[in-house]
Amino acid sequence: MNILVCVSRVPDTATKVKVADDGKSIATQNVKFILNPYDEFAVEEGLRLREQHGGSVTVLTVGGQESTDILRTALAMGADKATLIQLANPDSYQVAVNIAQYARNHSFDLILFGRQSIDFDSFQVPPMVAQLLDLPCLTIVSQWSITNGTVKAERDIEGGKEEFETTLPLVASVQKGINEPRYPKLPDIIKAKSKPIETIEPVAVEPQLEILSMEIPQTERRHVILGDSDEDLEKLIQLLREEAKVI
Amino acid sequence: MKIAAFLPKLGDKLHKTAYEAITAAHQVQALVGGDVVGFAIDVDQQQLERTAHYGLTRLIVAEHPLLANTYSPSAFAKVLHQLASSQGIDILILPNITYGKELGPRVAVTFEAGYIADVTGIESQNGELIFRKPVYAGKAIIAAQLKTAKKIFTIRPNIFTAKAAEAVASLNIETFTPELSEADFKEKRLSITRSTGKLDVAEADIVVSGGRGLKAPENFKLIEELAEVLGAAVGASRAVVDAGWRPHSEQVGQTGKTISPNLYIAVGISGAVQHLAGMSSSKVIVAINKDKDAPIFQVADYGIVGDALDVLPRLTAKLKEVLHKS
Repeated sequence: MNILVCVSRVPDTATKVKVADDGKSIATQNVKFILNPYDEFAVEEGLRLREQHGGSVTVLTVGGQESTDILRTALAMGADKATLIQLANPDSYQVAVNIAQYARNHSFDLILFGRQSIDFDSFQVPPMVAQLLDLPCLTIVSQWSITNGTVKAERDIEGGKEEFETTLPLVASVQKGINEPRYPKLPDIIKAKSKPIETIEPVAVEPQLEILSMEIPQTERRHVILGDSDEDLEKLIQLLREEAKVI
Repeated sequence: MKIAAFLPKLGDKLHKTAYEAITAAHQVQALVGGDVVGFAIDVDQQQLERTAHYGLTRLIVAEHPLLANTYSPSAFAKVLHQLASSQGIDILILPNITYGKELGPRVAVTFEAGYIADVTGIESQNGELIFRKPVYAGKAIIAAQLKTAKKIFTIRPNIFTAKAAEAVASLNIETFTPELSEADFKEKRLSITRSTGKLDVAEADIVVSGGRGLKAPENFKLIEELAEVLGAAVGASRAVVDAGWRPHSEQVGQTGKTISPNLYIAVGISGAVQHLAGMSSSKVIVAINKDKDAPIFQVADYGIVGDALDVLPRLTAKLKEVLHKS
């Protein structure tokens, strides 16, 4: 099975976001960037499927030169090949068009994603890639089985669960919990440093989204801090009923 | 402008976000003018008629034998594309729930529209729509434009509160027969199971979440009891999900669910940056924590400084008394 795993580079979840001087992006000084947490599950799933079915795992990202660090993380986990489509600060549409073009030039049975990247949380690229390639698409897969090209998958939706059946080739995004991603071992991390990373030119496509400004949300909170006596708890209930009117 | 709101169905009913999509469409109409139409796929008449209470005057429902009681992203996207194209739609609005999140991008590709997800605010400047959208799980908010002529966007649930019309609108429901074949159903749904009796954190008006301060997984029954009295969903911090105390479906935060309930009660949760990101857009926040310096108090409207295991049973008992009296 030839598997393409598409990954993205995002600020670590512990990052306190500050707005950069341009007023429309985040300040990146002292920000640690990581392989998108959901993409770790996609890489792991690709590796496990390769172990079961044979084939290869290619990791791909669309981004600036700095994105090679997350490709090396995936190589250290065990990916066979890594490709960077070099395009700085692409919007999701540009990412989707570039991934689809790359997939057209190769032959993949499965194109895997994490369910969303935790920067813009748009959830947009997998369905777009599927549509561009006219392929089936399953999103937020929490468990599945792939046998002889037939895929049976389960996912959670709002207030319920769905089961689907489809066939390869397929675009899919996976949910946290589908597996337990491996930690790369030190020798593998060192080996990954010298593995080649293919860099290719992007497809010329205009972005759709223009960011005008970015700000840090300021919600006014009441900050009424009480103790834990019975009177305090009664006061809390009274405030929730009469001031906030939420219960 | 021709504005359409997609009205998704979950189970037999229109999902509550369908009504929010109508409200968002009216908001766009107020900004840029034009007509609003609702799009539905395989929804029964009685359900559709409810939209009149939210001021919808025109609705087109796609019906086809292959569409009955099923869902398939590829086929539904095709139907939605045909609906949009038959009406010459300029702006299509979908709720940012699973179906909307996967149909919006697909239709954007075939319909050659720009796409932006998870919108929480809409404005206009010189006749152009400006969208507000949280990024980095709500740690920041962007204002953005779509540079394409046609635009598709999804709205975050529970933000565009469904607004009942002053008078029930006179609603005109039309039927549309899409061109479809078996081959368009690239994904076949085998089953859908509604979880019974358990509220989803992303759906609920009130969420009670627990963290490490509960000290042991069995103590989550105290969270469940408080949630039951309030009709709330149970949520959890990443720490307790990673420890295997609670399922991932309950996780609130940057790698869990980002939610905006009317009331969020955080119990024994210190307030890591990634957790705050997932819940700080809640309308009212209550924190219960024994550490008065915990960061959760900085985003709280009301705080109780105390031990979760001691506070919860007393709070639940008092709430039961008060709420059952009224």
